[in-house]
Amino acid sequence: MGEQAPAIELKGISKAFGPVQANKDISIRVMPGTIHGIIGENGAGKSTLMSILYGFYKADKGEIFISGQKTEIPDSQAAIAAGIGMVFQHFKLVENFTVLENIILGAEDGGLLTPSLAKARKTLLELEHEYGLNVDPDAVIEELGVGMQQRVEILKALYRQADILILDEPTGVLTPAEADQLFRILDRLREEGKTIILITHKLREIMEATDTVSVMRRGEMTATVKTADTSPAELAELMVGRKVLLRVDKTSAQPGDVVLDIKDLRVVDDKGVERIKGIDLQVRAGEIVGIAGVAGNGQSELLEVLGGYADATGEVRVNGQPLELSGKRSDGRARRARGIAHVPEDRQREGLIMDFSAWENTAFGYHRDPDYQSGVLLNNTAIRADTEEKMGRFDVRPPNPALAAKNFSGGNQQKIVLAREIERNPDLLLVGQPTRGVDIGAIEFIHQQIVALRDKGKAVLLVSVELEEILALSDRVAVMFDGHIMGERLSAETDEKELGLLMAGVNA
Amino acid sequence: MDFLTFIQLLDSTVRLATPLLLACLAGLFSERAGIFDIGLEGKMLAAAFFSAAIAAVTGSVWLGLLAGIASSMAFSLLHGVASITFRGNQLISGVAINFLAAGLTVLIAQDWFSQGGRTPSLMGGARFEPIILPFADSLGGIPVFGPIYRELISGHSILVYVAFAMVPLTWWILFRTRFGLRLRAVGENPAAVDTAGVSVVGLRYAAVIICGVLCGIAGAYLSTALQAGFVKDMSAGRGFIALAALIFAKWRPWYALYATLLFGLFGALETRPDVIEALFGLKVQGALLGALPYVMTVIILAGFVGKAIPPRAGGEPYVKER
Repeated sequence: MGEQAPAIELKGISKAFGPVQANKDISIRVMPGTIHGIIGENGAGKSTLMSILYGFYKADKGEIFISGQKTEIPDSQAAIAAGIGMVFQHFKLVENFTVLENIILGAEDGGLLTPSLAKARKTLLELEHEYGLNVDPDAVIEELGVGMQQRVEILKALYRQADILILDEPTGVLTPAEADQLFRILDRLREEGKTIILITHKLREIMEATDTVSVMRRGEMTATVKTADTSPAELAELMVGRKVLLRVDKTSAQPGDVVLDIKDLRVVDDKGVERIKGIDLQVRAGEIVGIAGVAGNGQSELLEVLGGYADATGEVRVNGQPLELSGKRSDGRARRARGIAHVPEDRQREGLIMDFSAWENTAFGYHRDPDYQSGVLLNNTAIRADTEEKMGRFDVRPPNPALAAKNFSGGNQQKIVLAREIERNPDLLLVGQPTRGVDIGAIEFIHQQIVALRDKGKAVLLVSVELEEILALSDRVAVMFDGHIMGERLSAETDEKELGLLMAGVNA
Repeated sequence: MDFLTFIQLLDSTVRLATPLLLACLAGLFSERAGIFDIGLEGKMLAAAFFSAAIAAVTGSVWLGLLAGIASSMAFSLLHGVASITFRGNQLISGVAINFLAAGLTVLIAQDWFSQGGRTPSLMGGARFEPIILPFADSLGGIPVFGPIYRELISGHSILVYVAFAMVPLTWWILFRTRFGLRLRAVGENPAAVDTAGVSVVGLRYAAVIICGVLCGIAGAYLSTALQAGFVKDMSAGRGFIALAALIFAKWRPWYALYATLLFGLFGALETRPDVIEALFGLKVQGALLGALPYVMTVIILAGFVGKAIPPRAGGEPYVKER
């Protein structure tokens, strides 16, 4: 491989957004026919770098070489012409178009569609055959699962004759089985001589799938190593810049009385579809129960019902007392009065108002707290002081209560929400996707806080699509599939493989 | 009601549906590309004035039509600059265009013609005359078909035929050409178009310009074919009814034809209270019929008659993300 020109070579790429230096003098060589991983925390500059490569941004400085040729990439058109295909984290598909229409979009052969579609159908079948990527060309995108949609994105790139494929966090939305399938496809693509750049923050994927890995931290490329010569611990340290605990440090649970007792819970959504089909579940004091499952199997609805913003039927008791499941007395305020705190799955939509300041966000839901009142008005000074204190305890950076929520990083936003809920000392904490889009350093902290609450003898119900997180945090795991609980396991006595099967609806 | 009255009613339906249809298709192009346009009304009005004014001055209705299209396109570009280039709020831009057109037309009309904000009445070559189709008279004697051909199909101005021909043409462009595919895509998910290496801005401007042309024809039809000259506020809410029709039609060309014909029929009935009385045996207030398009649109929007799903990226300026 010595004299072979790299498929991609970047030399001294720098890019600043105002005062923020997103990429600092980055140089990287990606050899053809390899899978090259790029790992780094959120905000480390991975996406910016790839956006430069795909013509979304223009680098302030630096050069790009494709197969040894110096190449200018001013726009996506040029990137496509240079043989670069990109599979974005959020798919760029037209939902109500067919697979075929999405594939030809922007790469049509002429002004009329019929001949373009006919040709694309033929080429697509060849591609599907060559790479083992089966997709129905006439299926409408919104009717396909995410795994299939991702295949369409890959096919889109291949149809444009991409030799270099960039995948940005490709497994974020996939089940473990789908992710394995994706990596098999990537292997196949590599065998056919394609070059693949895999951007991820998941150490496991890097270790399993890549040949070489580059680590980014704060806009800089800190290391490029052969995957075989490194270890997850070393990579994590390179990413964060200090030693990190990859495992959650916790003692075994001391479950006490039943705090949450769910019997035959059913939820029908506003389209009349039954999303939760009669589940039973218990969470005891001093224990973390994790709900595993692929997104969309009823976990979100479960949190919404318990959090007080969706109606349900069935029986739910908290500390032995029944909980209203519909009507006026089932709202978030009533839930908080019962000692239920909720860290919602989507912090930007449900957890925070992004344009409001940290202190305003900290008051939400607890704005009737007597400490926050001053006559009929809110005591803003008290709220600010309280927020500042909480921000200190949760290490929110910058610790400025007046800053709007949108100006904090994902991890710090999550800490603001967690601080608001955990500091109320609830009997039951509902947590959805606590570390989605959160960097490794913050993940460690957030996990510690959740475990600490458990150790204080509180009950925690955790919903996460990250199986690793479920296994690391929970004492007991329940797997949801299609609105049912497929099974419950003690985390100490199960593994990803068993849970993965349950998540796919297979009860072994 | 005799057969001839019925044919006459349909004939007037066609005449009244024409400007609605043109404006509705104009809105369809724009909104399918993700640019909401409540300025249809203003553009029609501007076009109505400028085509009448130029036709009156030059004596040529064709120059008038061109002037109408040009003025409507100028407003379209204004909307484009505000909402595509500067990513402004599309509703506000549309409202501004409506106000601007309402004021400017009267102001300029008064300045040019000093007839209280009207143009002089158009005569001869300054108007679109009805076209008598071949054999209209000789075939007129045939029962049923004869009167339909002579009274309903024949005898409209060229713009009516253009409007109706635009329906299959629009369908063909949208669903059978590359441009149409990209146009629909940019209204659903501009990011998909952008990452495919196609210019979102270019496509949206193209859509907005087509919208301007069609609105221009609609406006010219009002002042040079339906009427003979411009009067203040002569678009009379037709731009809004066209928007209602667009929602009613669920942003589809053929449905747009049916919706505008239906709304045209309401308009025709409004002028013929005698027909309603003969049909239903009761007097219906004309204003009530005038409100029907809006009432029906509200019903549609409330989801009683199927669901009207607008283009998903509609109304939102496209900002490139990382």
